[in-house]
Amino acid sequence: MQALVTEQATLSNEEIRRYSRHVIMPEVGIEGQRKLKAAKVLLIGTGGLGSPTALYLAAAGIGTMGLVDYDVVDESNLHRQVIHGLSTVGKSKLDSAEIRLKDINPDIQIVKYNVPLTSDNALEIFEPYDVIIDGTDNFPTRYLVNDACAKLGKPNVYGSIFRFEGQLSVFYAQEGPCYRCMFPEPPPPGLVPSCAEGGVLGILPGTIGTMQATEAIKLILGIGEPMIGRMMLYDALEMSFTTIKVHKNPDCPVCSIPREQVELIDYEMFCGAPAHDHSLYSSDIPTDDDMRVMTVKELKARIDRGDNTLILDVREPHEWEISALDGTLRIPKGTIQAAKNAVLAGRKLREETVLADLPMDAEIIVHCRSGKRSADVIHMLREIGYDVNKLYNVEGGILAWAKEIDPTMPSY
Amino acid sequence: MASIKIPTPLRVYTNNTAQVTVSGDTVGAALNDLISQFPELEPHLFKDGELRNFVNIFIGDEDARFLQGLETSIEDNTALRIIPSIAGGVI
Repeated sequence: MQALVTEQATLSNEEIRRYSRHVIMPEVGIEGQRKLKAAKVLLIGTGGLGSPTALYLAAAGIGTMGLVDYDVVDESNLHRQVIHGLSTVGKSKLDSAEIRLKDINPDIQIVKYNVPLTSDNALEIFEPYDVIIDGTDNFPTRYLVNDACAKLGKPNVYGSIFRFEGQLSVFYAQEGPCYRCMFPEPPPPGLVPSCAEGGVLGILPGTIGTMQATEAIKLILGIGEPMIGRMMLYDALEMSFTTIKVHKNPDCPVCSIPREQVELIDYEMFCGAPAHDHSLYSSDIPTDDDMRVMTVKELKARIDRGDNTLILDVREPHEWEISALDGTLRIPKGTIQAAKNAVLAGRKLREETVLADLPMDAEIIVHCRSGKRSADVIHMLREIGYDVNKLYNVEGGILAWAKEIDPTMPSY
Repeated sequence: MASIKIPTPLRVYTNNTAQVTVSGDTVGAALNDLISQFPELEPHLFKDGELRNFVNIFIGDEDARFLQGLETSIEDNTALRIIPSIAGGVI
């Protein structure tokens, strides 16, 4: 493939010295290093994937790096988001990343977009860049990044992670398939475990993110075989790398039509999920209007009164080991979901499943880590006939309990 | 017997089994055997008898949709895999 960047910036003697290990390789050379300096790369997200990508691209001498993120650095980010550190906890991720990147390479230009990426701003933000790197954590933004790249004719270096597994590809509609050719529609919410339930090995985004940086450099320089039309599947537990083919879908709603006709849509609606924490989107699954909510203070008062209420903890067994309330009934969300499916499919009677422990006529207070999974479980229980007026969702989950009731309890 | 590699997000429905041995001489028959072994998987793979369109079945490195879909013949030692749609793991 042709090099994405043809323009060449000038290099000072100091820069030639700094990049000497690049410059002496024939595949890069002075010319390639000048291209890297002229290149403009946009990173969506400076989290797990964005951290290593940004660090290596800055070190490699990419001239202009745009960073899109609206989040602030939290302590729980540090197990994988290696661009940030303790000294920048509480700061905006963009400011934190800038400090680190400028320390690695003061010559690079950093452009900060401290906003959530939306259909309204994506085209304007993407426009000046040669390569877009998708390091997001949610389906709405992934579809948005794909469609905006297809419309503008820009390559999208895609990386995605879950627990011990990663995926890598380059979706470049001009030259091959796009994300929608492989994944025409997102899975309905609830059909895949959410990030908070899933977790991720901290090193995994390091592996996938550095591969994204590698693909970006290859595209800019026009060297090697870019991952266009292929996807790399990485399994850290097996330590296996498998490459599969990605075909262009001749009926793809996005990349089979002229790119000027591609319209950006409401991706939260499309995916039935919010794209970010500041989103005003709410799906039609449980809203506060028809679901009873209980604060941790109310829950504490009930426990203190000695009310004989059933408290259901729907987190995973390894989470119970971190923290748990006394005397709770513990059934993970997935187990309840499986039971619900078996009941709805007519394979089992309710009494033959774990749901036997949840009397239909009892008041049940459901909690998880932060309140999302418990809301999902209440929705499931409603589907099989539990009385919505007797189900309570503990607002903020056990995290709220640790914060407001028992500060000695660990948060995670 | 052919095998199907189960991706992490779906292992919760296969008792954490990563690789399932299945019988059948087509992709569809192999998937039917898989869901007869693990019925909880069914709603995640099929809707109204059709494979859900975000579920990708690969035979080796090839997408079943670009072969003969569920009708694609498989051999005794064919390695199938389900490629999941994953968004990320950051929260």
